[in-house]
Amino acid sequence: MENRNIELDIKVPNHTKYLSLVGRIGEDIAKEIDRYLGDRESLAYQLNLVLTEAMTNAIKYAAQENSDEIVHILIHVGEHEVQIKIYDCGQGFDINDIPAPDFEKLEDRGRGIFLIKSLMDSVQYVKRKEGNVLEMVKKLH
Amino acid sequence: MNLSIEQIQDTTVININEERLDAHNSSDLKLEVQRLYESGKKNLLIDMKDVRFIDSSGLGALVSGFKNATSNQGTLKLSSLQPQVKSMFELTRLHRVFEIFASAADAVKS
Repeated sequence: MENRNIELDIKVPNHTKYLSLVGRIGEDIAKEIDRYLGDRESLAYQLNLVLTEAMTNAIKYAAQENSDEIVHILIHVGEHEVQIKIYDCGQGFDINDIPAPDFEKLEDRGRGIFLIKSLMDSVQYVKRKEGNVLEMVKKLH
Repeated sequence: MNLSIEQIQDTTVININEERLDAHNSSDLKLEVQRLYESGKKNLLIDMKDVRFIDSSGLGALVSGFKNATSNQGTLKLSSLQPQVKSMFELTRLHRVFEIFASAADAVKS
């Protein structure tokens, strides 16, 4: 059987000007997955968004004084799912401590993790000695 | 960030001439909106026909503008949202906060 897995290993400088580059990669992946029967435009937007949000977090939580830091992203497109891992070497955070936004209060911030959790099938943030990783999975059904 | 501003009757229209409103450029929009209210403008309209992508930072900049409008006794309307952008407003319930119009012309007439 033909192997249709795709593995991308991306390293980009720790700067928001690269958000659009990384987001576009997410969109292009969605367009490549011809076996996906759902709304591919929505999938493209969703992968763009979660990559943008996760990379913004990695930049924010990484050691900002080190402007030569990189953001490391691994994307695996398997037969049934897309897995995205974004590494950061900052202090990290507990994803379960981040509350859902209060829709009655108009806050400027605090919607990023909510959007990621809403659009992905599983999300976890693992703290490790060598760095933290935000792992997200989108099922392709 | 590439913004263009025009005055149509009593409405100041900000056109976002960018495909993306994200953490890289949203603070520019936030500052421009703040500057316009501080300069005495009351009725702002942000037209988003070129914006095909918005993230939480972009939404945050618009919320900040909305709060600025309220504290300056002004208004902030939005127009020309592309479908995927509009879905982000729905997911975060912000479509209940903003007055959203199909086009800048419709918003100005309202």
